[in-house]
Amino acid sequence: MQKLTTPFIVLSAGMLLVAPWIINAAPYESTMGLVQKVFYFHFPVAILFLVSAIICGVNSARVLFWKNERADGWAVAAAELGFVLGALTLVTGPLWARKAWGVWWVWDARLTMSLVLFLTFAAYMLLRRYGGPGSDRLGAGMALFGMVNVPFIYVSVNVWRTLHPMTSVVPTLPTDMGIPLWFCFAAFTMLFVALLNLRATLEHQRTRLEALYLAQDEA
Amino acid sequence: MMRAFFRVAWQVMRKDMTVEIRSREILLTTLLFAVSVVLIFSFALVREGRAPDDVAAGILWVAISFSGTLAMGRTFERERYNDTLRALILAPADRPAIYVGKLLGLLLLMLLVEIVLVPMVGLLFAAPIFAYPGMLLMLLVSGTLGFAAVGTLFAAMLVRVRSRDTLLPVLLYPITVPVMIGGVRGTAALFQAVPDEPMARFWIGLLLFWDAIFVTLALWTFEPVMTE
Repeated sequence: MQKLTTPFIVLSAGMLLVAPWIINAAPYESTMGLVQKVFYFHFPVAILFLVSAIICGVNSARVLFWKNERADGWAVAAAELGFVLGALTLVTGPLWARKAWGVWWVWDARLTMSLVLFLTFAAYMLLRRYGGPGSDRLGAGMALFGMVNVPFIYVSVNVWRTLHPMTSVVPTLPTDMGIPLWFCFAAFTMLFVALLNLRATLEHQRTRLEALYLAQDEA
Repeated sequence: MMRAFFRVAWQVMRKDMTVEIRSREILLTTLLFAVSVVLIFSFALVREGRAPDDVAAGILWVAISFSGTLAMGRTFERERYNDTLRALILAPADRPAIYVGKLLGLLLLMLLVEIVLVPMVGLLFAAPIFAYPGMLLMLLVSGTLGFAAVGTLFAAMLVRVRSRDTLLPVLLYPITVPVMIGGVRGTAALFQAVPDEPMARFWIGLLLFWDAIFVTLALWTFEPVMTE
């Protein structure tokens, strides 16, 4: 995994540089026009937002139930990335909604639960920062509760009648819109993997350093 | 096996209730706090003796969640203060059973507070609390259960954390938002001018769904997080 970080960052940076041209080349959506192009960023960051919640939750479960201390580094990394991606989702979404629906925000199930998940990440980070000793266990428990939201957010648009498009929209996209979408998705995913890797490595090194300090104090 | 589990849970709850009945500390402070919250809302919202429409449900649930947070912080604080937490954990009993006992104790306290709270909201905000007593009771019990299930777990985990008093609401509210929404929407459906029974029933179903998820998750996580 470690060796992939640099090529992934370079590649995703290049792809995100080219992305505006590719998005520009995609056809205009018939009813929403230009503003629909937010979608090419909104979809990837929203999906990765959910993915980071799952990574954070699964690694927290590994910490709690299998006593895997290294998994904690991955959970912290995923939580911080989830916070950033959640913020991006909650910014790009309303930008699009203002034009498409006429309002910035509606309190439907998906939007509400996405906001809740974002707040959960924020609370998790506050806890990890200010909780002091013992907060890692508690954070892990909290991440499990946060992960429960993910399937709920994903299926909510299919269950409730709402303004947000359903999950069936993306697979049925025409090719000339699908290409820029998956291009952006690939770019964001590589960036996500690289950042996750870097942050987890940093966290592992920090824990190791702390353990070394402790060992030195005891000696 | 199952009987032993519930016997431990019952004993933990009975212990908490005995302490509580002798001191009445948590019940009285929580009750006064809940009453003040409702009063502050009525000072803020009631104009010339008339409350705005459709605010009663929201105020009721805000008061329940605020006062509940106070109560759940105290239940474990008492264990820590008296140095009995270790004894409780060392007891040769299932950890989840201890959790269930604590949860039942908190649930009972919160429901006792609600017995005062609901008529008060009905009185001050002209809410028809006796129109659908059964459904209102279901909403209160299922909503409080979901809230208390997460709250008991988090309060237990926070006992050993530094800034536990500030962190408990910060951690608890984002997670329990679904329960709050369910409680408020369901209660509002019963309190509105033309009550919407199917709507209230739908929210009760959703609340029970979240209750099941929260209780299951809490039972799973209580054991590993309470290990030192």
